[in-house]
Order: sequence, then structure tokens, then C-alpha cells
Amino acid sequence: MVRGTAFTHIEDMTPQPSKPETWIRVRPEGLFVEPGGFYVDPVRPVACAVVTHGHADHARPGNRTVIATPETLAIMRVRAGPAAGEVLRPLPYGETLQLGEVELRLAPAGHVLGSAQASITWRGTRVVVSGDYKRRPDPTCAPFEVVPCDVFVTEATFGLPVFRHPDDREEIGRLLHSLRVFPERSHVVGAYALGKCQRLIALLRAAGYDEPVFLHGALIPLCELYVRHGVDLGDFRSATSLGKEELRGRVVLAPPSAIADRWARRLAEPVVVMASGWMAVRQRARQRGVELPLVVSDHADWDELTRTLEEVAPTEVWVTHGNEEALVHWAQGRGFRARALSLIGFGEEEQDTAPAGDAS
Amino acid sequence: MRAFASLIDALVFTPSRNGKIRLLADYFAQTPDPDRGWALAALTGGLSFAEAKPAAIRGLVMQRVDPVLFGWSYDFVGDMAETISLIWPQRPDAGSPPRLSEVVDALSAAHRGSALGLVEAWLDRLDAPGRHALIKLITGSMRVGVSARLAKTALASLGAPGVDEIEEVWHGLTPPYGPLFDWIEGRVPRPPVSHGAGFRPLMLANPLEDAEVGGFEIGDYRAEWKWDGIRVQLAARGGERRIWSRTGEEISRGFPEIADAMGFDAVVDGELLVVRDGTVAPFNDLQQRLNRKAVTAKLLEGHPAHVRLYDILFEGADDLRGLPFDERRRRLQSWFERVRPALMDVSPLIPFEGWDDLARLRDGARNAAIEGLMLKRGDSSYVAGRPKGPWFKWKRGPLTLDTVLMYAQRGHGKRSSFYSDFTFGTWRDGELVPVGKAYFGFTDEELTQLDRWVRNNTVRRYGPVREVTPGLVLEVAFDSVHRSSRHKSGVAMRFPRIHRIRWDKPPAEADRLETLERMIVGEAEA
Repeated sequence: MVRGTAFTHIEDMTPQPSKPETWIRVRPEGLFVEPGGFYVDPVRPVACAVVTHGHADHARPGNRTVIATPETLAIMRVRAGPAAGEVLRPLPYGETLQLGEVELRLAPAGHVLGSAQASITWRGTRVVVSGDYKRRPDPTCAPFEVVPCDVFVTEATFGLPVFRHPDDREEIGRLLHSLRVFPERSHVVGAYALGKCQRLIALLRAAGYDEPVFLHGALIPLCELYVRHGVDLGDFRSATSLGKEELRGRVVLAPPSAIADRWARRLAEPVVVMASGWMAVRQRARQRGVELPLVVSDHADWDELTRTLEEVAPTEVWVTHGNEEALVHWAQGRGFRARALSLIGFGEEEQDTAPAGDAS
Repeated sequence: MRAFASLIDALVFTPSRNGKIRLLADYFAQTPDPDRGWALAALTGGLSFAEAKPAAIRGLVMQRVDPVLFGWSYDFVGDMAETISLIWPQRPDAGSPPRLSEVVDALSAAHRGSALGLVEAWLDRLDAPGRHALIKLITGSMRVGVSARLAKTALASLGAPGVDEIEEVWHGLTPPYGPLFDWIEGRVPRPPVSHGAGFRPLMLANPLEDAEVGGFEIGDYRAEWKWDGIRVQLAARGGERRIWSRTGEEISRGFPEIADAMGFDAVVDGELLVVRDGTVAPFNDLQQRLNRKAVTAKLLEGHPAHVRLYDILFEGADDLRGLPFDERRRRLQSWFERVRPALMDVSPLIPFEGWDDLARLRDGARNAAIEGLMLKRGDSSYVAGRPKGPWFKWKRGPLTLDTVLMYAQRGHGKRSSFYSDFTFGTWRDGELVPVGKAYFGFTDEELTQLDRWVRNNTVRRYGPVREVTPGLVLEVAFDSVHRSSRHKSGVAMRFPRIHRIRWDKPPAEADRLETLERMIVGEAEA
């Protein structure tokens, strides 16, 4: 970083605590916290990255130092191996870390196991980068913590008032109903490998479903990781070596890209199920050839987004990926200073999902 | 209302007929009276009350929602009923969701002015799927891909009576059908068969397989032309007149001139056709008149309907269905000569001498309106359904054409992992012009091969559709071909299917569009 009086626009170059946008800015690599010398969820390899959670669009490989919760680091190691980062610095929830002039603390975001909001304080001003989050209970991860702050950076994946996720127990009830009506058909459920898969299994268990759950090979390592972190998933097995007859009437989880493709041919007359917040919109479900859409999301819905802004009560709201304009419009109407922050490269949660923007 | 809403949603997303039947059967088995009866009425078009207009419901939501957010939401969702059902602001203290019977009772008693207030209160008490089902119910557009016949087939799975027995009594019953469920579930005897103009299940023919030709005593059978129209049942009893389709859907409103001509007391069976100056028009002309709520004067004049009769089920109160075919033909003929209904005639019996003669007749039938022959045993009584043996349809050989595969689309349900819907074209001036689409006619093994070929030869993707390199010849079979202004090629095939996959044939040697155009029947004679 070049500093000096040779530049005429000194106010642009010298960070001002009262104006967070002067010291925390969007660069091609991602969101840069200048007085701390680190990026949050960078999209290109950098020297120092703070990673909010393990989804592929937030935790990218190739950074030198990675600071994240121990759970997120474990997830990154499973997914990327040595490419996860040269130095992995665990920072458990609630502990603080001094980085340059900045104090960093990670608070639970309720999105997936290990997901965190980065609370960044410099000279008395606090910015919270919430990453992805949700507010409803999830047995597989710690609940979202309200962190009071001056600037709250929020996602807006489901930032339209048409998105009001129903009670997830009711959605699981619809899957169990279908298993009862079609006991001879495999029920193949499209679910992201990290978070959604484990949450669905946990929801099935909570609903009293004790049968083994069968998994596409890509989902197994992270389920095992969840179990190592104390999440009880009951009996889960690989679907790979099994034939049509053995998978009749079974719940089979697979990545969304596999459910309507060649992988699914091993299944007996499959009912194609997809668990995603987008499934609230019928056309989305139809486009994907889904027969049983389940509205289960790991992102905040409209009510959760607006409630969160009211509870966190920042003076300023920066809205990142999703339907920024609608949430900015709402926030401005409620007296927040709000603006869209154009970060690119988010929303494609898992690389195996074909349509762009199909985060869950 | 919750169970009904779940059913409506599940029906929309379930592509297979059997899947729909299972969902319906489960709903009927699990849902108490009278809700299930009202649901049955909603699905079979038996509900009528003061409908609310979609625009009025939009007005309700606009009083509660930021118009800017509503606009963006509608842009995203793309469907008004769905947007309203999703965006409607919840009122947790509004009370428990209404039962379907509560909704129907209140709406039946309401007039247009008071209906909207009721709807608003219900929208507050329902969840999003419930609101969507309610909006569809009150705007009269269920559109869930369920025919009345399908709903009745599902009903039949609840107990002993078959679907045709249910059809027999159906017309005498009214929603919410308590006595019907009681009978199907074995609690009371069969409700009386209606003597009105209700639908009587049809007797259907089996296709005559090649192996069966010459295999039985043909002298026992009578032959008629198989007309290329749609099968109808004309029921006129006690002043009531109804035209029924093959599956028991009422189509009277679409053919008012036929209904006008039904000034008799009988139930007759025949083929609905478009006939101009005594000549039967191609099926395509009839198609212009199908699936229309109202028929224009222009259509009535340009596409005049006609019914060619071939059987009689009731004459007055006499049920003739137990009589042999020969006797019914005699009764039909004498009835027709006495009554002389306008816009109708009797399909003639075709004299023939043995199998060879029949085969010649069948192959010689190149009239656009004739699909082949019907063979009916002289002693066959009129039995509902498709019994094996008494009636056969013997279609003439199909037309075939060598085409080139152009696009492939993913199938649905069981076939969702396969590219199984194929668009094919023929050559015109060195370019391929799409001429049709087919999604059956191949074995499972051939489908796997086709799917692999499509994946390996894709040049472009459009969502679920792949464009492929022009490298594979498909021999397509079809019953006939007609002029069509709706298709780029100017022609439309009837009933196209994949006949053979010509892995061996170079695409350049596939047929040209002119070849297909020469197959258009009726034009040369016209």
C-alpha cells in the first residue's frame, strides 16, 4: 500500500474510521480490509484470507494464510487438501485476534457447520460481514448471533418478499408422505454436499425416520466430518455399490447435478426431489424436472433478512449477492443507510450446480 | 384445505398417469367427507359459484404490499396467482386454515360482491400452497392435468366397483358425492343408475396384430371403415342433450349444431368429423374445433361438424347394450330411418369375402379420412372397456420417411435422465427443416444408444434442449400428413413415432421435404 503526501486526494487514501467504505473496499480479489491487511472470502488467491464458511464460492483454494473457524478449516482440508492454504489459522467462535490494526472476532452465522460472521473493529468502528446466514434452528450448526455494529454486510440470496421458507418439519413431512404413497420408488433428493445434506438427514431423524439413508459418493466425506464434530446423523451408507432393487423405497441423497442425470439411472423409478429455497417458485422446480420440490434453505428468507436488519440495528447496511435492490429499497424505506455492494463470484454455492445463481 | 393444496401441487409436478392416480387415491382414502367430495367436484369440473376475477385478488394484495417490491417479485416469479400466494403477508393471529367444505359452502352462498371479503379472510388464514390452491379454485382454473376419467379411475381403487360402474351411476350424483363414496367403500348398495343423458362407458377395440391376421374365422365379423375423427357418444334423454368424448368429458358446448340436431330420445355412438359437401375433411380441420370454450360463427361455417353413427346403446328407455352387434345395427338403421337427425349418417358396413379381400380393402383405403378398418363380431354385446376378441381395429400400414435428427430434449419422470424427445427434419435447398417430434417407438436399449449419441454429438445447448450435428437418420412412421400454417415446414404429421434408427444411412441420403409434401392426402383429389 502506497501512502504519502505526493497524492492530492489524500482523503481517499487515508482510511477514515467514520467512513468505513474508505478502509473496507471491494477489489478484484474481493472485499479488502485495509488496516488489517486481509480479504474476506476472496475470489482470487491472496496472502491473507478470512473465510466465513466452507461453501466453494466463499472458501476458494490457493490462499497463503487462511483464518477461519476450526470447523471451516476442517471442511476446507477435506475438500481441497493441501490447496486449502499454506497456513491454516483456526479462530474459534467468540475469540478475538489482532490483525494489523484490526480486531477480528468470528460469531456463528447459522448457515452450515462452522459458518461465521466476521466482526471487524478498527478505531471504534465495527463492520460485521455476515457471509451467508439463516435464523431458524438447525440441529447441525450453531445458531446465528446478533452482533451490534455500525455497518452490517448482508447477503440477499432470497431478498424478495415472495421468499418465506415454510417450517422445515412440514417439508420433511411431505417427503415422508411421498415415501408412503410410493413405497416401491427410490426417492432421490438433490442436496448440496455441505450443510443441506446433513441438515436433511438430521431433519429426517428428528421426524422419526430411522431407516438407513443412502448417499452419492460425493456426499460421504462431509457427512463423516459432521459426525466427527458431534452431529448425529444415524445410519448412512454409500448408494454406489447397490442395485435398483436394494434402493427401492429408500431415501437417496445426491448432488443436484446428479439427480436427473445418468447417475440416477441406477435407481428404481425415482421420485426426483430437490431441497432448495428456490423450490418455492414452481417454474424453477419444473425447469429442473423435479417431481417433489422441498422448500428447505440454509439462507435467510425475506422475513429473516428484514428481522435481522432490525435486530442488528446498524447505521448502515451493505447488501451483497442476491436480490440486492429489493432489500436496499426496503432498508432505505426503514431509515437505514443502505447500498448494494457489487461483489462478484457469489451465489454459486457448489460448483456442481449447473444454472448460475442456484444457491440454496 | 391443506391436504387439497398439497394434492393440487403434487398433481402438477407428477408427470406419470399412474403417479397421479396414486396421489388421488391416497387423498380420497385419507380425507373425510365432505371435503374429498368437493375436491372430486373441483377436479371434474363440477363446482360452480360466483368466481372472483384475478384482477380483484390482485387489488387485495396491492393494498397490503409495497408496489415496488410486488413488481420485482412478479417479474421474478412470472405468474400472478403464484406471486400473490407467495407474497401475501401472513397474519399469525388470523385463525386456523379453513376446510375445503367451508370454502365451498360459503362461496356457494355468496354473491360476487361478498365473495371478495371471504377470500381476503381466507388468504390470511392459509399458508402459501393453500393460498395458491384457493386462488386457482375461485378463479376457476385448476389445470392440474387430471381428466374426469382419471379422477374416477383413482376413485375405483378405493373399493370393489370398477371405473365403468362408477361412470354408470356418475351422472345421477351431485357433489359432494356422499352416497358414491359410501357405495365404493362398501357401506351401502349401488346408487340408482341415472336415466338422464349421462355418459355411458364406451366399448373399445384392440389393435389387430400382424400375427393375428388370418388367425380366426373372419366370417363371424363385420367390417366398417375406421374414420379419422374423434369418438363421441350422443346422449339425448328426457329433454337433456349431451355430447361426450371417449373419456367422458363433455364437449357439447363446442359443437352446438350437433346438439341442436339431437332432437331424439336415444344414446348413440359414432365418429365426430368435419364434413364439407359430403367429403370428410382431414383430422387437422376437426382439431381446429376441439378444446374451445366457445365456437365462432366463422368456425361453424368453415368447419361444419358431422357425426357418423355406428352403434346404438339406448333407444328410448330400452337398454340395447346386451343385444348382439347385428341386432343393434338393425335397430340403429331402422331408428335412423325413422328419426332422420340432421348432420348425421350411418357408417356403412363393408361387404367382403374372406381375409384377402379385407386386406385389399384396407390397403386401398387412401382416403384422408380413413385410418383403416374396424372388425366387429356379429354376436358381440356392447361391453364397457376394451375386451379382447369382439372388436378389432386394423389400421392401414403407416407412411414412413427417412429424416435427420436435429434436436433432442430431456424426458420427464422415469426418462428425466435421458434425451428422449427427438425433433427431426428433412432437406430443403441443402438445409434441414424440422418436420416433427417423436418420443416413442424405440426400445429401452435403443433409447440408451440414442441418448449416448446425442451427448456425444451436441453442438449447442438451449436449457433442456440439445442441438446435434446432422449425423443420424431416423426412419419415422406416421399415419398421415397435412398442410399446417403453424409449422415452419408447412406440414404436420399425425402420430409420428420412431420406426427404425438408421445408424447405417448417411444423412445426405435422407428424404427431402418435397417427398413428404407428396404424401399429403386429399389434396390431389380436392
